[in-house]
Amino acid sequence: MSILVGKDSRILVHGITGREGSFHTQQMLSYGTNVVAGMTPGKAGQTVEGVPVYHTVQDAVREQQANCSIIFVPPASAADSIMEAAAAGIEVIVCITEGIPTLDMVRVKHYLKDKSSVLIGPNCPGIISPGTCKVGIMPGYIFQPGSVGVISRSGTLTYEVVDQISKLGLGQSTCIGIGGDPIIGLSFIDLLSYFAQDEQTQGVVLIGEIGGTAEEEAARFIQGHFSKPVVTFIAGQTAPPGRRMGHAGAIISGKSGTAQEKMASLQAAGIRVVMDLTKVGEAVAEVMKN
Amino acid sequence: MKIHEYQAKTLLTKYGIPVPKGNVAFSVEGAAQVSREIGPPPYIIKAQIHAGGRGKGGGVKKAQGINEVEKVSKAILGMTLLTHQTGPEGKKVRKVLVEEGLEIDKEFYISIIIDRAKACPVIMVSPAGGMDIEEVAEKTPHLIKREWIDPEVGFQPFQGRNLIYSLPLSAPMIKPGLTILNQSYKLFENYDCSLLEINPLVATKDGRLVALDAKITFDDNALFRHKELHELLDPDEQDPLELEANRHNLNYIRLNGNIGVMVNGAGLAMATMDIIKLYGGEPANFLDVGGGANAETIARGFQIILSDDRVQAILINTFGGILRCDVLAEGLIEAAHKVNIKVPLIIRLEGTNVEKGREMLSQSGLDFLVAQTMGEAAQKISQLVMKT
Repeated sequence: MSILVGKDSRILVHGITGREGSFHTQQMLSYGTNVVAGMTPGKAGQTVEGVPVYHTVQDAVREQQANCSIIFVPPASAADSIMEAAAAGIEVIVCITEGIPTLDMVRVKHYLKDKSSVLIGPNCPGIISPGTCKVGIMPGYIFQPGSVGVISRSGTLTYEVVDQISKLGLGQSTCIGIGGDPIIGLSFIDLLSYFAQDEQTQGVVLIGEIGGTAEEEAARFIQGHFSKPVVTFIAGQTAPPGRRMGHAGAIISGKSGTAQEKMASLQAAGIRVVMDLTKVGEAVAEVMKN
Repeated sequence: MKIHEYQAKTLLTKYGIPVPKGNVAFSVEGAAQVSREIGPPPYIIKAQIHAGGRGKGGGVKKAQGINEVEKVSKAILGMTLLTHQTGPEGKKVRKVLVEEGLEIDKEFYISIIIDRAKACPVIMVSPAGGMDIEEVAEKTPHLIKREWIDPEVGFQPFQGRNLIYSLPLSAPMIKPGLTILNQSYKLFENYDCSLLEINPLVATKDGRLVALDAKITFDDNALFRHKELHELLDPDEQDPLELEANRHNLNYIRLNGNIGVMVNGAGLAMATMDIIKLYGGEPANFLDVGGGANAETIARGFQIILSDDRVQAILINTFGGILRCDVLAEGLIEAAHKVNIKVPLIIRLEGTNVEKGREMLSQSGLDFLVAQTMGEAAQKISQLVMKT
């Protein structure tokens, strides 16, 4: 089994009539993902790639039993879109949108507290359980079904690592891009808990970057509560302080959030930290053999 | 987005938070005029740049009369200020803030930021004002009092009391202190700030609470709903190449090395910088051309990297995903033809259809090296630059 998304996922695409939304709907369909509905207010009755479009999430859930959302709407309305999905009972919400105001995400996180939905992202490539379900914008063909779980704050960095793992014949159970923003849905720790329960997953790669303390928190969690082998990589050892390195969340504030600090916390917790990105695949193979 | 101290103080004034009497000046005469408007001495002259540590760097001076104001501002205006936050090149001072000198009794600290882990704003106060708050947090953490804001109900009066009574304030200053906290939070929320810091907030000997220094940073992602803030942007404070890159929606940050770097994806771009350094090189920049890079964005990226005359070699690292390697290679070749590249170029390509992409590159007749791995690319380029 994989985690969060699989063969039972019924996908709803928010913003399906837009350029990104329609392109990735076609990409997800060709991967074999069960895209059952789309939504764009004012466009109900249309179809995109044969997928019916609705005005609201409520309608899409009622008519097509959608249970997983992927959001492509612009930043100004993305927070509203996440809350709409949660209110309609969508179980897994994936938000691709980059550039959502931080205070909007503060309100979203608060809104989600008493809902059963989980949020992945925003500002992320999405989630994929190779071979069965792709809810995201990642290139499907580099993934192979297998035993490694991947959790990452960055898109292309994930592809790089996944490519190495696939070439070594290990494959992946589920890969999740958790997003590059300061405030995101599921964290490293939340996802490690899912992987702990998943039999298919024999080991985990965790890809972090500068900014915040998510990696330090993950280090403490792994030490106390996670027994499968873990390999980590942290990007941004040479990033200057105070500058936003592409991702809104990738910023060193004063002395906190540095790659050095994160790597030290992980190593202190006995977790394998790979310095050279090209060696992550080999390191995974090695720790999983033991 | 960062703004200057004088601009931050204008916003504080708008929200009824007291600041020292004063104004910004762009010339020696202007500075003298401001000091005449203020009234009797002493005066404080403060360099206005987007970096902290100005005092230690010689950018903040006291003056006892108009003549001294002229002398001091002459020295500060035009100087290149070097602080721990400016980088080794320093920053040229083009304006000064001239203010009344206050007789200070006590100094405090107030700030509001977003607590990422708790996903809500946090207000912090400390009696250790005027100091580096990170140092306070490290050495004397009990001196910082925090209140986290519930986004549903906002900043509550009891939280204000918890904060303000933790400071050694005299009874008449409690009410003004509460007002300052309330108004600061309103400002923070209304303008989508990512940081609002008053350090120090001072109690004067004549019994006033005044924001002596202030720093405000806005959330770039929220600027679309605060059009009025765009005029606070100071182009002099931004690197011209960064401004140019911004105009084309490229994520570019200028660094201090001599190896130009172009990558698709922010995380991979950081990792590329790291691996260059691992092999002894120094990246000249961070440049993320985005996951959907095409010939046009790559050509723009080339132009920006080549406008930096310190660049002695360029490393391109791309992972072809949705955009396959053969399409990326086509874009690279097209862009390289458009732009006249005089420095060595190393390309590392990985991902879908990589063989086809590499073959296209090697048959293009263009003069560049193709590396098989990131490690090889970083090693080759570092050696190249060290030789020259």
